[in-house]
Amino acid sequence: MLCMDKRLTMSSRPSRRLMNSQAAGFVHPISSEITPPSVYYQRREWLQHMAAGVAGVGLAAWAARDALAQTARPGKLAPLVGAVSRVSGASTMEKLTSYNDASTYNNFYEFGTDKSDPAKYAHTLPVKPWRIEVEGLVKKPMQFDLEDLLKLSPMEERIYRLRCVEGWSMVIPWVGYSLHELIKRVEPLGSAKYIEFTTLADPKTMPGVRASVLDWPYIEGLRMDEALHPLTLLSFGMYGEVLPPQNGAPVRLVVPWKYGFKSAKSLVKLRFVEKQPINSWGRSAPQEYGFYSNVNPLVDHPRWSQASERRIGEDGLFAKKRKTLMFNGYEAQVGQLYAGMDLKKFY
Amino acid sequence: MLRTALQHPRIKLLVFALSLLPLVWLVWGAANNALGANPAEYLIRASGDWTLRFLCLTLAVTPVRQLFQLHALAKLRRMLGLFVFFYAVLHALCYAWLDMGFEWFDVAQDIAKRPFILVGFVALVLLTLLAGTSFQRAVRWLGGAAWQRLHRTVYLIAGLGLLHFFWMRAGKNNFAEVWVYTAIVAVLLLWRVYFTKRSKAI
Repeated sequence: MLCMDKRLTMSSRPSRRLMNSQAAGFVHPISSEITPPSVYYQRREWLQHMAAGVAGVGLAAWAARDALAQTARPGKLAPLVGAVSRVSGASTMEKLTSYNDASTYNNFYEFGTDKSDPAKYAHTLPVKPWRIEVEGLVKKPMQFDLEDLLKLSPMEERIYRLRCVEGWSMVIPWVGYSLHELIKRVEPLGSAKYIEFTTLADPKTMPGVRASVLDWPYIEGLRMDEALHPLTLLSFGMYGEVLPPQNGAPVRLVVPWKYGFKSAKSLVKLRFVEKQPINSWGRSAPQEYGFYSNVNPLVDHPRWSQASERRIGEDGLFAKKRKTLMFNGYEAQVGQLYAGMDLKKFY
Repeated sequence: MLRTALQHPRIKLLVFALSLLPLVWLVWGAANNALGANPAEYLIRASGDWTLRFLCLTLAVTPVRQLFQLHALAKLRRMLGLFVFFYAVLHALCYAWLDMGFEWFDVAQDIAKRPFILVGFVALVLLTLLAGTSFQRAVRWLGGAAWQRLHRTVYLIAGLGLLHFFWMRAGKNNFAEVWVYTAIVAVLLLWRVYFTKRSKAI
């Protein structure tokens, strides 16, 4: 059985990998068991001192790494550099997916259904001028020009795992800041429970929008606490450069613990609402794509298992697929958002 | 000219070599990392595509032969049919190996659990039956009429193959290619209905 004994999960030792039990709902560590940030930052500092002492010569390099992210730039687009993020879980040490794979193997149906289509056709995406409208249940409805958004908060580099609902994954260094930086400027009303994200649908420049694969524009949604979570990223770049069009330029969402389609690309509107929005894939096939769509190895897609995944460019052709982690490995950070929820029902 | 070409003694060898080209490309591409970011997915999908393409080619033999009086085409039909089986086996093998890591228990579970895989599996079993009775001696064993009845199963296989493809693509609402293959198969089957009626009328 995959379900863990409840006694085990509630034991005094904080367990990092908890499983969903159908009966109990999602079980998570009690907050007093989570290491407070001040403690782990101290540990990191101590580790840094150790590294400095041992390496000596490497000190300069270490300092440089700490100041700005070290991801090698592919040299294709304008630079956009972010500082190493201090958000917990925001910098996985796993090997990065190559820029070439991350920018040629994309799902962006506005430019075609084949994964090579976006890289071929998305160069027409009209990224300038760009404006995001923020409306709905907020005290200050606002329009943000891209230039304003870029200056709204300091850029950070976040190295996230990306798990597609189709069963493959990547590791991508994004550049951006937490979405809550934008949310707090518009002062949501108490009645705002969800955010609905609308992305660009321009039939003139997006050949896929003329096809009837989905209802356009593409809509996604997050519950307010999900949107406010520090890991939820408003991203403007990747690999130290501005986003390529096929990856959702000029500004997109990245929600690392959910399947990739939740991370809407090329955002044009945020609407604060009271009722749960209907996202595009949920509308098109509600029995296959839920609103939450949290990465969950225990809940299969009707057409394939979600228990394992293929890491693009890393696992050899004949290597066994790797096990998919609960919440894509971000359980320690986001598990508490779903405490007590039956994740088989709210998939 | 086409008629003379079809009479050439080497024509079978040529078609055989051409039919192997997709395999050569896939093996070369896999070895040289030329199949994109997700070569496993590419291999699984491409082998499935080629199964459907050879199925269409095989089903096209009879109508083309009748329409253009190219009776020499008949001798290529069995080989093309066997290539349908060949690419179907390759497709199943790619799935079992690259997707399931040859975990046969998982494969069995997957077949039982997922209608689109079950349908593909049934089509493969039927194809195996046809491939296993494709040689001359099997025709003699079974008798011409029974053999022909058995081999009409290919129409059912075509239907199952299309359904398999449709259900796979339904996950992403992506049906453009499914309709292309369905249209081709439909034309090839409708021609048979029309031709049989016409010959009966005469």
